[in-house]
Amino acid sequence: MRFVDEFRDPALAKTLLREIEALAAEVSAVRGRPIAIMEICGGHTHAIFRFGIEGMLPPSIELIHGPGCPVCVLPMGRVDDCIALAEMPGVTLATFGDALRVPGARGSLMEAKARGLDVRTVYSPMDALAIARAEPERTVVFFGLGFETTMPSTALTVLQAEREDIRNFSLFCNHITIIPTIQALLDEPDLRIDGFLGPGHVSMVIGTEPYRFVAERYARPLVVSGFEPLDVLQSLWMVLKQMRDGRAEVENQYARVARDAGSRVAQDAVARVFELREFFEWRGLGTIPHSGVRLREAYAAWDAERRFLLPNLRVADPEACQCGDVLTGRIRPRDCRVFGKACTPATPLGALMVSSEGACAAYHRYGALAREPA
Amino acid sequence: MCLGVPGRIVEIVDAANAIAIADVAGVRRKVGLTCILEDGATPESCIGDWVLIHVGFAMSRIDEAEAKATLAMLAALGEEDELAAWAPPR
Ligand code: SF4
Repeated sequence: MRFVDEFRDPALAKTLLREIEALAAEVSAVRGRPIAIMEICGGHTHAIFRFGIEGMLPPSIELIHGPGCPVCVLPMGRVDDCIALAEMPGVTLATFGDALRVPGARGSLMEAKARGLDVRTVYSPMDALAIARAEPERTVVFFGLGFETTMPSTALTVLQAEREDIRNFSLFCNHITIIPTIQALLDEPDLRIDGFLGPGHVSMVIGTEPYRFVAERYARPLVVSGFEPLDVLQSLWMVLKQMRDGRAEVENQYARVARDAGSRVAQDAVARVFELREFFEWRGLGTIPHSGVRLREAYAAWDAERRFLLPNLRVADPEACQCGDVLTGRIRPRDCRVFGKACTPATPLGALMVSSEGACAAYHRYGALAREPA
Repeated sequence: MCLGVPGRIVEIVDAANAIAIADVAGVRRKVGLTCILEDGATPESCIGDWVLIHVGFAMSRIDEAEAKATLAMLAALGEEDELAAWAPPR
């Protein structure tokens, strides 16, 4: 496939690994400890495990798997709201496959479906709108989630529903935004992250400018990265080079897809349809100001939260879960007390064990490739 | 869910709503083009373009020149190493 095989070239990967090793040795010697680099995005976590990248890196680099997996940070109460929606007469609940297995206090959407509720998997929000168009007797609710990457698609779908005046369609909006969360991470008192790989597909929408505070205010290098092995390796190398040179900047490794200005059309659609919420709750991280969006008043007719009475309950994570500690890099997945025991991909307790972008699921699946903790 | 896939626009099926068919590794998929239609560009002008697709929408064109520049830079890095390896001992 175009520019996929090229960015998997083993010879170039070897070269980069050699460069990384030399740089990491130099920088970690100065700091007297391993360099901690966080990949913010779950897509990177997935790539890092799938291609065994962590196992190739020298011990002087520690990768911390960040909170950028929208399924993983979905609070249990939101899944329960979805089930409550699906239980309403005539309602069809449509969402992405990833969201189906996330456990809520009352089980997952998959289990709800097995009980006979009308829960359908869609590949795109447009598919959910197509169901509403084809089945006017059903009340279709699209459970929309994801970061800035998926926000424009949902916004454009709502605009399409408005254009066609499809009234049996609505959105249960759980979209979240990554910037306030990076800020919250940087404000943690025990922060031990030296640099970041920035989420390439978020930047494809929002550009690179919104991360400037990471470099300027918190003096951490951030390199917006693609998702193939060479992308990840090159980005790590760029972060290390910045550290060696005493720089902290926002750089873009993924310019072939993510332009520095992002996508104006996508940004406009998002701004037209959504507004920031005061607060949004994240699983394992608590409530973060301005980290979620909701539909604007003008689109109230397509807003499931305005149209239906939702339980909207706060549900505490199971006592044994340590998802929050994993998400902030305090512990590694396998250090969670229930990892691989009470919590496995077949019986997930936490959402990090569910999604293919979740660190715990990745560790569990590709664990043999991961490096033993030093 | 956040993993995008590259594909190539092969056909426009609904120009009014900017809906196209993309070839994604041999599979035909319906995709929305709105996000890549800047400043009055028509859907037809996207035919043949390589794009990155997320949840049914083409979100960005894949810039061939940028991709090649990145790869060339990495290849040069490899050559530098090779040269260093071949350098006579001093
Ligand atoms: S092992 Fe399970 S409970 Fe523990 S952090 Fe991972 S997902 Fe959460």
